[in-house]
Amino acid sequence: MRRNGPLALIFHAIFVIVMVAPILVVCLVAFTPEGFLSLPTNGFSLRWFRTIANYPEFIHAFWVSLGLGALSSFVALLFAVPAALAIARYRFAGRDALAALFLSPLMIPHVVLGIAFLRFFTSAGLGGSFAALIIAHVIIVFPFALRLTLAAATGMDRTVEMAAVSLGAGGWTLFRRVTLPLILPGVISGWALAFIQSFDDLTMTVFLAAPGTETLPVRMFLYIQDNIDPLVTSVSACVIAITMTALILLDRFYGLDRVLAGKGDTGR
Amino acid sequence: MSMAAEERSVRAPWALTAPALMLFVGVLLIPLVMTVMLSFHDWGQYKGIEPVFILKNWHEIATDPYYAEMFWRTFRIAILTTVLTALLGAPEAYILNRMSGRWKSFFLLVILGPLLISVVARTLGWALLFGGNNGLVNKLLMSLGVMRSPIPFMFTETGMVIALAHVMMPFMVLSVWAALQRLDPQIENAAMSLGAGPVTIIRRIIMPQIMPGVLSGAIIVFSLSASAFATPAIIGGRRLKVAATLAYDEFLNTLNWPLGAAVATLLLVALVLIVVGSNALIERRYAEVFR
Repeated sequence: MRRNGPLALIFHAIFVIVMVAPILVVCLVAFTPEGFLSLPTNGFSLRWFRTIANYPEFIHAFWVSLGLGALSSFVALLFAVPAALAIARYRFAGRDALAALFLSPLMIPHVVLGIAFLRFFTSAGLGGSFAALIIAHVIIVFPFALRLTLAAATGMDRTVEMAAVSLGAGGWTLFRRVTLPLILPGVISGWALAFIQSFDDLTMTVFLAAPGTETLPVRMFLYIQDNIDPLVTSVSACVIAITMTALILLDRFYGLDRVLAGKGDTGR
Repeated sequence: MSMAAEERSVRAPWALTAPALMLFVGVLLIPLVMTVMLSFHDWGQYKGIEPVFILKNWHEIATDPYYAEMFWRTFRIAILTTVLTALLGAPEAYILNRMSGRWKSFFLLVILGPLLISVVARTLGWALLFGGNNGLVNKLLMSLGVMRSPIPFMFTETGMVIALAHVMMPFMVLSVWAALQRLDPQIENAAMSLGAGPVTIIRRIIMPQIMPGVLSGAIIVFSLSASAFATPAIIGGRRLKVAATLAYDEFLNTLNWPLGAAVATLLLVALVLIVVGSNALIERRYAEVFR
C-alpha cells in the first residue's frame, strides 16, 4: 500500500487539531489565574479547581453520577449476562426479535426516552427519585453491557465447560467457577463502557433529575445555561480527566476499537 | 439427547432472557406507549392534563407554521452535519488506515476518544472557541485572511452545525474505518500495476467500496444529530429551537406535556421511517458488499 502524501498529512494534522481543540481549550481555561474566561497566558493557577469546593452542589452531583453509573451498570449486567448466554448459545424462535428489542435503546432518541420515563415514573409516584434514575439508566446502558458480554460468550471455548460437567459440576457452580471467569474480561469491559455512558448522559437524565438527584452533566448544563465562567471549565476538566483514565484502562484491557465498533449502529 | 435434556434446552433460553424481557416490557415499552397516548390528551393552563382522546396537539403541530419551521431547521442542521462529517471523516479514515501500526492506534485513540468524553464538556469547548466577535475562531480566521470581519457563531445554525459535526465525527470515522478493514489492499496494488493514477484509484476502487461505510455512518450521524439536545441547547441558546430542545421546553418550562409528547412522538416516527427506509435502500443498492 502507498504511503500518505504531504497533502494528506496536512489534512490529517488540521483534522486532529480541530478534533482536540475544544477539549484542550476547556482544560487550558480551567487553569486561568484570572477571574474571567481567558487562556492562562500569565502562568497557571489552581484557583478555579479550589473554587469547586465552595459549590457543594457540584460535589453532590458528582457523587450522584458516580453512584448512579456504578449501580446501574451493575444491575444492567445482572440482566444482560444471562440474556447474552441465551442468545449466544441457543437457536430459538424469537431470538432475533429479542436481540433487537434489547439493543433498541440505541435507536430511540434519548429525548424520547427521557419524556417516556418522566411520564411513567411521575404516574408511578417515583418522579425525581434516585430509584427512577437507576431504572432509566439500566435501560440505556443495557445494550452496551449486552453487546460486550455477548461477544465474550460467543467467542468462549466451551470444551472447558464440558470438562467441568464431566467432572460433576453443574448449575450455579458451573457458572460461578467456569463460565463467569471465562467471560469476565467481556463483562468488566461491558461494565466500564456502560458506566461511561451512564456517567455522561445528559439528554435523558435532564428530564428525570430533580434537585438532590441532579447528576454532574445535568448540574453543568443548568449552570452553563445561566452563565459560562471558569468554574464550569475546571469541573469539565475533572470530568475529562476521569473519562480519559477510564478510556486508557479500557484501551489497555480490551482495545478501544473493539469496544466502540458499532457503538451507534442504529440500523443493523 | 434425552427427553429431559431436550426439554431443558427449549426452556433454558427463555428462562435466561425472561428477567431482561420483563424489564424491557415493563419499563421501556409501557412508558413509550404511554407517551404516544399522552400526545392525544388535552391540556390547559389551569386544568392541567386531561386524559381524553383528542387530536388538538397533532392539529396544532400540523397547522402552526412555527412547528414546520422548527422541524425543517432540525432536519436542515442534521443534513448539513451529516454532509460535513462525511466530507471530512471519510478521507481522514482513509489516511488513518494507511498509517503504520503505532501511529494508527495512537490517532485512532485521539479521534475516537472524544466519543466517550462528556458532550457538555465538548460543546462548552466550542462555546469558548466561538465566544462572541473576539472568539478564537474568528481571530484565527481573520489572521489567516479567510475573512475580513468576524461572523457570529454563537446562537447561529452555522455554530450548531460545526459543534455537532465535531461531536458526531467519531461515528463517521469509525464507520468508514470499519468498511476499510474489509477492503483488500491487493486490489489497489493491482489497479496501480495496471497503470491507474491516484485519482482513478480513489474514484474507481476505493470510493465504491467504502460507500456503504459512509452511508451507514451517515444514517447514524443523521439520526443522532436530528435528536441532539446538549449541543443545540448550549450553542443555539433559547431562541434557535430544534425538536429536542422544544420538547424539553414544553415538558419542563411550559408544562404542556401532551404537546411535548406529540413533538417527541413525531420525531421518533420520522427518524424510524428515515433510518429503516435508508437502510433498506442501502442494502438493496450494495447487496453484494454485505454478502
